[in-house]
This record gives sequence, C-alpha cells and structure tokens, in this order.
Amino acid sequence: MTVDIDKTTGPADTPPAGPEAIKAIPVRHYGRYVSAVVALALLGGIVYAFSQGKINWGTIPDYFFDDRILSGVGKTLLLTVLAMAIGIVGGILLAVMRLSKNPVTSSIAWFYIWFFRGTPVLVQLIVWFNLGLVFEYINLGPFYKDEWSDFMTPFLTALLGLGLNEAAYMAEICRAGLLSVDEGQTEASHALGMSHAKTLRRIVVPQAMRVIVPPTGNEVINMLKTTSLVSVVQYPELLRAAQDIGQTSGAPAEMLFLAAAWYLLLTSVFSIGQYYLERYYAKGSTRQLPPTPWQKVKANMLSLGRPKGGMA
Amino acid sequence: MSEKLVESDAPVKGSAVPMVKAEGVHKSFGPVEVLKGIDLEVRTGEVFCLIGPSGSGKSTFLRCINHLEKINAGRLYVDGELVGYRQKGDKLYELKDSEVALKRRDIGMVFQRFNLFPHMTAVENVMEAPVQVKGASKAQARERAMQLLERVGLGDKAGNYPSQLSGGQQQRVAIARALAMDPKLMLFDEPTSALDPELVGDVLDVMRDLAESGMTMVVVTHEMGFAREVGDSLVFMDGGVVVESGDPRQVLTDPQHERTKSFLSKVL
Repeated sequence: MTVDIDKTTGPADTPPAGPEAIKAIPVRHYGRYVSAVVALALLGGIVYAFSQGKINWGTIPDYFFDDRILSGVGKTLLLTVLAMAIGIVGGILLAVMRLSKNPVTSSIAWFYIWFFRGTPVLVQLIVWFNLGLVFEYINLGPFYKDEWSDFMTPFLTALLGLGLNEAAYMAEICRAGLLSVDEGQTEASHALGMSHAKTLRRIVVPQAMRVIVPPTGNEVINMLKTTSLVSVVQYPELLRAAQDIGQTSGAPAEMLFLAAAWYLLLTSVFSIGQYYLERYYAKGSTRQLPPTPWQKVKANMLSLGRPKGGMA
Repeated sequence: MSEKLVESDAPVKGSAVPMVKAEGVHKSFGPVEVLKGIDLEVRTGEVFCLIGPSGSGKSTFLRCINHLEKINAGRLYVDGELVGYRQKGDKLYELKDSEVALKRRDIGMVFQRFNLFPHMTAVENVMEAPVQVKGASKAQARERAMQLLERVGLGDKAGNYPSQLSGGQQQRVAIARALAMDPKLMLFDEPTSALDPELVGDVLDVMRDLAESGMTMVVVTHEMGFAREVGDSLVFMDGGVVVESGDPRQVLTDPQHERTKSFLSKVL
C-alpha cells in the first residue's frame, strides 16, 4: 500500500522541469450542463408523480424491518448462496465433462446444458413442484424412504430448480475459463508426467479462475433476483413475504416497493463484494499494479480539492 | 557454471541400445502428411540436432518422441521401449494415459514458448512435478529446485513469477523444471527461437553444460553455431523426410544434397 502512496504523490507534485508549463483554457462542455439539468428535471418529475400517486409511502418504513420481511431476506440470501454453490460445483463438473475426450460424459454434459438452458427457470420450478405426479414415493433403499410430497418441500424444490438451472449456465462460464488457458500449459504439464486430473487441478483451473470469477459474480447477483421467482412454489422468500403482508395489511403495491428496495440494497452489497473479489484475483495475475479501489480515488480527489490532471 | 548440471551415471556414448530409434515413422494431421517415413537413431549420451525449414516436420517428430503426438505408422522406441503402445505377439495395444504419463517422467521437454506455469514462482515451477508426480516432500523438492536454479544461474530469482523474468531467464527456469524430474533424455523444441538475440547465449551456455554432463539431448534448432560446436549428430529434414544426416561439422561445411546446400546458404 505504501507503494501506491508513493506513486500517486511523487510525480504529480513535481512540476515538469524545462520549458514553461502550458496554461491553456480548457474546452468548455456546455452540453454537459444542459443535459444534467434536463436529466435532473426529468428525475424530479418522476419523483413528484410517484409522490402524488395513490401510494401510502408511510407504510414502507413501518414494515421495512418487520420480522416476516427479515425472515424473507434471510431465506432469499440462504437460497442464493446454496443455489449458487450447487451451480458452481455442478458447473465445474459439467464443464470438465463437456471438454472430456470421453464421448459419453461429454454427450451427457451437452444434453444437460441443452435441456436446462433451453427451458425457462420458471417452467423448471413449476415442473419440480409438480414432480409428485410422476414419482409417488422416494426410496433410497435403507437410507431414506418417504412420500414424494413430504420429501419435496418448497425449499428443496426452489433449491434444486434454481441450482440445477444455474449449473448449466455456470458450465458454460467455466468452459470458457478452461478454454482460455493456453494449450502449452497442458502440454508442459503432460510432458512432466502429470496426469489429466493433476494437470486440471494444479495448472489449468487456477489460471481459469481469472476468467471465471467476474461473470460468476454477475451470476450471483442474477441469482439473488431470480430467487423472487420461487414465490410460485410457495417458498416464503422476500417477495413472497412482502406479498403476504401486502394482502393482509391492505397495502399490496407499497410492499412491492419495499421488496424492490431490499433487492436493490442486497445487490448493491453483492456488487461491492464482487468488486473486491475481482481485485483479489487480479493480484495473482500478470498485472503488476492492482487497480486502486474506487473509494481511494474518490478520497484522493476530495483531499486534493481539485482533481489534478482531470481526464474528463 | 563450471559445476556439472546433473550428476549423471556417465552413460557411455554409443552403448548398445539407442536412446531413440525411429523406423519409418509417419504422422498425418488430417489429410496433411507431416512425417513421411523417418528413420533415425539417437545414441545414448549424444547431442542430436534436428535442423530444417519451418514445416519440415522436425518439431512434430520431437513431439512424437514423448507421445504428445500419436504416430500413424512405423515404430518409435525410447530406450528400447515402444512409445505409446505395448506389443504382444504381433498385436499393438494402446497404453493407458497413466502409463504414458509414467514414461514421460523420464523425458524432459523444453518448449519454444517456455510454457512456464504463470501462477507459480520460479522455484514452485521447478518443484511442481517432483512433488505432484514423484511424491517428493516439499522441503526436499525445494532444496533440489534451488540447486537446479543455482546451476542455471538463477538462484536469486527463485521467488519471481515468470512474468517478472526475461525470456532467457524463463527458458532457463524451464530447463531446470525439466531437469528436476531427473530425465534420461531431454527434448528441446527450438529453445532459443522466441528469445532476443542478446539472451540466446545464456540459454545455449546452460545447454552446453548439460551436454558436457553426458545428457542425451535431441535439439530442434536454428542455431547452427550450437549444432556445429556441441552436436554429435545432425539431421537435415525437409518436407517430412530426412534429407541428409551425419557429423554436424561435415554436413554444415560440406553438404552433399542440393536442398541442404540451398537451406544452409540462407541461414549461415
């Protein structure tokens, strides 16, 4: 970190030696002021319209930290994390299968991805929900035996529906990552006598991570929002909880705004997390300087009063 | 770098079983026939140089020796054993991946583009195979890796990542990495072609030391000076066949074949 400070303060404070520094009048961007005013006016108009609508805004803060809402938030987060875990593990497996020399495994992976990517998640969720029509019982020999409807709880339906669908998408992301690693790496590893499995685990996957991580962060944020779909299978996550309150309290639209606010809040937190995760993996890559965090740039600009050498 | 690179068992040059023996080796990529019947012998302990224009099949042949490429016809032996197959009676059986991997342990390979593992430091690159393949302890492997890096003149760069090394340094790490498996045969695929002219010398010095230590080496190269000075045998390939072979000093100074003459007149 000390290196960063040296680099930012060092060259900027020393004026260029030699010929007189240029003092020119910068180009004026009048269009920017005009467009900013127009945008603000439009925003103001929209906010005013909403504030005058038949929406009782006062109910939102009343219910914002309601127990049912908080439990819904918790369930949404739990579902997001577990479904993504299934998606990532399944995705890596499918990607490796897809790239395998074995025609059976690669065909299975191809078929899986074809099916789960080719049908809407909502439809898949409903199909999982109605699978009791096909299977009456579940019988895993001596380990587990139950009626299907008791086994397939709304939570499990939601988890499998989202996780298995996600695996198909993660498979393509992982495959792109694995393919991005130079073939010479595999050759060098094989030439040293390393097996396929070791080559993959020790050499290829660590290098593929750099390509896999950013879109995976994207998928997490997508998943967080997609969990709202599982309200159709009676799982009381955030949207479902908000809708339930809306029906009993007589403020259905207000509760939807409340849910939207929560989703926005959660995705914002995840976005920040993604930013730092990417930064972490960038450190291991060939880039010599990790990108400085946004806050740091901001702090720098504020502390200096005027941004030096503004590139805008 | 007066110290020998490898404590070899001092193999006798030209001992009975050749290290590499090719009999009518053919290799096609789809409809393109790259090798059209290669016959040659690399004796144990010798430095065997392969020269020729690009597309002549010399790199492909080198890659066949450690079975990175499968041959389509002919027979290829390393140290008396068939490469990639097992012969029972008059039938050939393909070797399992694990068996191929086992044989590759004994054959070191150095690539034109180095192919160091970029997410590992120099010393980790050298340690990787002994730890993962031979099951050596990390401490042991590190000690040996440091010795090897020392000997290729890079003891002070052990903690650097490949991206922090010059091309010549990367290639020397790559040589150390291959040597860490104690191979009986080293394959060099144009090891200096991707280097700045200034850096070529360091890599050739390491290779020269290695040759003096008695290592059997098959070298695909455009460095005629190295071939003349260090090589024990030389083969000129063109269009997938061996055009001319013999003592490097003789072939390079007094080529018999027309094609060899025109090639050498352009590169020398």
